[in-house]
Amino acid sequence: MNTKLRWGLLDAVVVVFALVPVLWVMSLSFKTAATLTDGNFIPRDWTLDNYKLIFQTDQFVRALINSIGIALISTVIAVVLGTMAAYAISRLDFPGKSLLVGVSLLIAMFPQVSLVSPLFNIERQTGLFDTWPGLILPYITFALPLAIYTLSAFFKQIPWDLEKAAKMDGATQGEAFRKVIAPLAAPGVFTTAILVFIFCWNDFLFAISLTSTEQSRTVPVALSFFTGASQFEDPTGAISAAAVVITIPIILFVLFFQKRIVAGLTSGAVKG
Amino acid sequence: MADIVLDKVTKSYPDGTTAVHGIDLEIADGEFVILVGPSGCGKSTTLNMIAGLEDITSGELRIDGERVNDKAPKDRDIAMVFQSYALYPNMTVGENMAFPLKLAKLPKAEIDKKVNDAAKVLDLTDYLDRRPANLSGGQRQRVAMGRAIVRSPKVFLMDEPLSNLDAKLRVQMRTQVSRLQKQLNTTTVYVTHDQTEAMTLGDRVVVMRGGRIQQVGDPQTLYDHPNNLFVAGFIGSPSMNFLPATVAEGKLRTALGDLPLGERMQRVLAAGDAPRELVLGIRPEHFEDAALVEDRQRSHGYEFTAPVDLVESMGSDKYVYFNVEGGAATSADLADLAADAGGADLPSSDQASLVTRLSAESRVRDGASTKVWMNLDKIHLFDPKDGRNVTLHEGRAAGVAAS
Repeated sequence: MNTKLRWGLLDAVVVVFALVPVLWVMSLSFKTAATLTDGNFIPRDWTLDNYKLIFQTDQFVRALINSIGIALISTVIAVVLGTMAAYAISRLDFPGKSLLVGVSLLIAMFPQVSLVSPLFNIERQTGLFDTWPGLILPYITFALPLAIYTLSAFFKQIPWDLEKAAKMDGATQGEAFRKVIAPLAAPGVFTTAILVFIFCWNDFLFAISLTSTEQSRTVPVALSFFTGASQFEDPTGAISAAAVVITIPIILFVLFFQKRIVAGLTSGAVKG
Repeated sequence: MADIVLDKVTKSYPDGTTAVHGIDLEIADGEFVILVGPSGCGKSTTLNMIAGLEDITSGELRIDGERVNDKAPKDRDIAMVFQSYALYPNMTVGENMAFPLKLAKLPKAEIDKKVNDAAKVLDLTDYLDRRPANLSGGQRQRVAMGRAIVRSPKVFLMDEPLSNLDAKLRVQMRTQVSRLQKQLNTTTVYVTHDQTEAMTLGDRVVVMRGGRIQQVGDPQTLYDHPNNLFVAGFIGSPSMNFLPATVAEGKLRTALGDLPLGERMQRVLAAGDAPRELVLGIRPEHFEDAALVEDRQRSHGYEFTAPVDLVESMGSDKYVYFNVEGGAATSADLADLAADAGGADLPSSDQASLVTRLSAESRVRDGASTKVWMNLDKIHLFDPKDGRNVTLHEGRAAGVAAS
């Protein structure tokens, strides 16, 4: 009982620690401009003006569309490529395999900041600057190692015997993958998709360096360009409201895929 | 239903190792053949080549008279039961068994009927809607069998299907597998490292070692007339006793005493190329407490006295261990056998140990000296260099005293 209590206390501390800033931002987003700095955790004057304001500006809506589009496209491409690469890495012995794994680890560890200037120049030369592909490409580059590592860990958990069994049962290589391996790898694919999506959604560095107009600016960047109604007005309320809004897709994304992430789906396949 | 012919089938890998050296084997239609041997002997590789899961490097594999070297597993009409069962965890028991039929695009009604029939045979009807994760080991094993029998393939392949079950269940499933095979009368190739399984299940047993076939025959032949030292030591539990022996003055000199040699054996051993040093092999049940041997039998044997090291009473028999002076027999075959039995993990001793299976009525006690009788008709002599059984005459072993 005592240990249970202690664990409960510890859990509570962690949850509070993680949630207080989020709740604070939410509270700010509902405050009026006058009460913004009163220091109250619970707003005394509730208002939805901040939300109305951000959706009135074309700037934010456009950025939201950019963010969703760029993140979704990057996620789909990275997960599809990552699935194929991870399957090959976990199942096959091909020349250059350890090189591939090593290089992808290298990319994952590479400091992204040092790539910003070269990428800026390259994209300016090639006309990719300030376009969707201009952001999608670097996102895929940095999401792929993440996808490959997570997915190959999942594929390694799937017993190879299952694939052999499917072949003996009359399946072609393709059918064995589609009907037996893919359903089992699904939780891993969804987990990876969530991780990659969050990575793309949250990125600020590339988004601010490789865009210049609303044409391809994503939400995190658009937020930093928020100004108040006048030069002397504080945009804190609007920024908070926008921050709350952009958290919603992530929560939806996770909730949607959570159902599919059933741990231990492979149990019972082989003697365990 | 089909016969399988392996014609000089070889498997070698790009790194230069050869797992299977030109195996010749003919398996008749409906026959139950066991491939047995220590780990790394190439038995699983052979099975995988028959299945089509591994490529054949050279040689020819024919099923039903047709060369299938280059056919994909799905086109060979073979079903396989894996050691790990390899059940699809995302499907129910019924879906698992229906999977091969669905791939074959059978009509739904026929699939249901076949699955239900197979489930009835294997007593799985109540579990058809469960998932593999909610089944016991024995039930999973039966589902794996069900998935194999449901589409009535030409050939069954089984890769150590019982080795993941606990000892008691394994014995029960062994009889079930045997009964099922007789009932379906489908050609079956079964791989195991357990010689008891090999002896009890198969019509014929193939003993393999280092990628080569050592001997093929029905279980009793392998037991009574082993071709070589390896087969003799591998088949039988407790295994055959081996002692060093030399030929001197028409007698066989061993640590147990000088054994008489029959005329024929003397002739064989007098030949120019006959080995001077030999390994004598005798099974535990060919000893008896001298006090219990009938006079009529006594003349076929040899008696010696030795101190008892240990007595294990099994109820039906007594296993009595003796220490014999003069060291253990050595040969490459014996080293292989010891490695397989985990001999490296046991404390080594320079004294040879002799295991005997005496009648339960024997009154031997630990530490006491006992007079023991051994049957000379059942003694094998092996050449330690190549392991060949020199007592074999026209494929049969007749002991050392035969004239």
